[in-house]
Amino acid sequence: MKWATPSQLRKQGILGMNSRNVDYIGRSNERRLYPLVDNKLKTKNAAIEMGMSVPKLIGVVEIQHEVEELEQLLDGIKQFVIKPAQGSGGRGILVIKDRQGNDFIKTTGELISFQDVRRHTSNILSGLYSLGGRVDVAMIEDMIDFDPMLSKYSYEGVPDIRVIIYHGYPVMAMMRCSTHASDGKANLHQGAVGVGIDILSGCSLYAVQNGNKISQHPDTHHSFDELKLPHWDEILRLAASCYEMTDLGYFGADIVLDEKNGPVVLELNARPGLAIQMANQAGLKKRLKTIDSMKVIKQPLKIRIELAQQLFAAQQR
Amino acid sequence: MRVSPQLQIILVAGVIITLGLGLTLYKKFELGFPLTPGQQQVVWTVESKISFKPVGGPIEITMVLPKPQAGWNILDDHFASSGFEFLIHQLDEQRQAKWARESLDRKTTLYYKLEVYRASTLGLEKSPVPSVIGPELTADRLAAMASVTSLLKQYLHDPVVFTKELLGLLLQGDNQDLDFLLARQEDRPLDVIMDILALANIPYQAVKGIFLEDGRRRQTLDTLIEIHDGERWHVFNPLSAEQGLPENFFVWQRGTQAILNVMGGERSSLEFAIVKNKLPIKTVLFMEQNLDEQLLLDFSIYSLPVEQQGVFKGLLLIPVGALVVVLLRVLVGIRTAGTFMPILIALAFIQTTLLAGIFVFLLVVGMGLWIRFYLSFLNLLLVARITAVVIVVIFLMSALSIVSYKLGFEQLLTVTFLPTIILAWTIERMSILWEEEGGHEVLIQGSGSLFAATLAYLLMSVELVKHLTFNFPELMICLLGIVLLLGRYTGYRLVELYRFRDLGKLDE
Repeated sequence: MKWATPSQLRKQGILGMNSRNVDYIGRSNERRLYPLVDNKLKTKNAAIEMGMSVPKLIGVVEIQHEVEELEQLLDGIKQFVIKPAQGSGGRGILVIKDRQGNDFIKTTGELISFQDVRRHTSNILSGLYSLGGRVDVAMIEDMIDFDPMLSKYSYEGVPDIRVIIYHGYPVMAMMRCSTHASDGKANLHQGAVGVGIDILSGCSLYAVQNGNKISQHPDTHHSFDELKLPHWDEILRLAASCYEMTDLGYFGADIVLDEKNGPVVLELNARPGLAIQMANQAGLKKRLKTIDSMKVIKQPLKIRIELAQQLFAAQQR
Repeated sequence: MRVSPQLQIILVAGVIITLGLGLTLYKKFELGFPLTPGQQQVVWTVESKISFKPVGGPIEITMVLPKPQAGWNILDDHFASSGFEFLIHQLDEQRQAKWARESLDRKTTLYYKLEVYRASTLGLEKSPVPSVIGPELTADRLAAMASVTSLLKQYLHDPVVFTKELLGLLLQGDNQDLDFLLARQEDRPLDVIMDILALANIPYQAVKGIFLEDGRRRQTLDTLIEIHDGERWHVFNPLSAEQGLPENFFVWQRGTQAILNVMGGERSSLEFAIVKNKLPIKTVLFMEQNLDEQLLLDFSIYSLPVEQQGVFKGLLLIPVGALVVVLLRVLVGIRTAGTFMPILIALAFIQTTLLAGIFVFLLVVGMGLWIRFYLSFLNLLLVARITAVVIVVIFLMSALSIVSYKLGFEQLLTVTFLPTIILAWTIERMSILWEEEGGHEVLIQGSGSLFAATLAYLLMSVELVKHLTFNFPELMICLLGIVLLLGRYTGYRLVELYRFRDLGKLDE
């Protein structure tokens, strides 16, 4: 396997890590705006204020003392997710899908005791999973019942849809499907599958796992070819409207499809990864430059989406 | 006019780099500082501490200062005398320092620091021969000395042999007459030797100075004895009976005159702390000529006390290590566990040597990870758990030291140089990484860190790099400029050329 030369990558408009940090994150994201996206609790509250749909919040555990009251908080709730408000890279997220007697069942089928749940919450509070080890709070929210249509593309986890938003325009999208190798997590560098999604139609383009192109899910063996995301326009609208909420020039919006509520915003990421380019087999920088070269960048939401769909529609395969 | 950040950075970096290079070139060409390390010269720093307890009333302390002799040169000297009237005056070709004060009410210490090196191993210069004055002694002591002299009378024609035999006799310690002479506590062997030499009519004088040993803290003055055989002086060490001036003996003063004189104080003492240092010969010569004249030098690291200079030697290497880490992360794209962990590990490697350092690091981190996995079941709070890991790490380090010492692997004793807290943090981070992202990621970041540390170590241990960072701290400004430029580098990383290899060939 031969390496690419810098000029080849430049010609394809591939965005590199350094350029992402300096030219896009550094230039279009003001530091003071970060806390809103780095803290999921703040994101959620802001999203609710904007009238966007988000997973329902069951409760918040803020101090160690409150861990003792966790039992009452979770009383009668069978499915829930505990996560750190300031966690990064999906760290510290505990998903419980059912109860069995006094124990809890994780999405992997593993049985854990209430003691384990308490310890996990306590670890979250002491900042174990947070950026820089800061003291954190634990959020408990409804588990997503993801659209059964997508279940054949995911193994032991919730598939989410990452849309890169640049100055309010959805420029690139992919679906991230967890696999056995990724341990139910939707992180590409841990072995999850990334499926490039056409901005115009919501249809799948390519699928990659660990940087290699694949055609079917490694665990469920379903082909990605027929994948067409339902509610695609709503997904785009939801993702792009996060721009009004955050004022960030460059970010990734993570959307999940809930069976009952449709698309909901799970979280935002001010430093989205670059693997999305491989899932789309397209350079991100080329598209970002297209936006930069537009005469009028500030446009209402509806026009932004229409423009992006025109500009970034995939050529027929 | 607004200047874009990109241009600003380039301008600032350009100015900074030019400034740094300019200063360096100025030092090289105008001041003649050597750019390469060249030969090394041992330079000793001797810190003299004069302590005394005032008895009330005015205080006057005089100290005879050393002068260059027997090949010893004095590079620089320095006085600390807060609250005292201080002056240096010349007395019979010897410089004297004088501290004076009207009154004082507590125990006080005065400092005199000097930097000396031995340019050549010459013997002592000529000096006037004092006339022999017969000692005033009680009859029994006189008789004992006469008995000793008569024992050695066959050597009397040759003062050198006589002295050697006398010292030998003293060293053996089985002569009854000498035992008698030394029986009282106030009888110092040196006085007895001098008295016997006087009786034998051999001209002698004391040579006072210091035996220089690196790291000694409470060294006191030592006295050698020299005798004149009618033609020239011969030096003897009364403690070993050896002839000749020992190589590490710094000569302070010749003659019997007291070095320290404290008026208005009691229980005075003179002690020395000694540090050894290696400097490039050219630098030493150069400092000797220019130290006071050049402003740039007066504000250089050389104007600091030598102990601090030693600290800076290490500190000034850190930017070099940091540059390596920045290059590896920005240009190559190697992932390390934390930005500065590799630099600290590299600094530790300087002390432990590379292979032993890597081995010990892997051993401690490996064992620590193993124990940390157990700790994770105990449901501890984060702070408590990290503290537990720190304690475990220290325990591991001491166990490793003891076991390796008993087994004879003394290399592993250097484990103590690895920074404990860094080890503990590394273990903690790695174990979380392991739980969250799997062993694969631990391997990537761990080996990335070790690779960066090794590379930084290799660069930092290059003699030329050490010389340049220490003698040309201006180059640090250049490093700053380079790092600023790297901070605006937006090109691809080396690993990205591999990562996106398929994307580069989309057109084909």
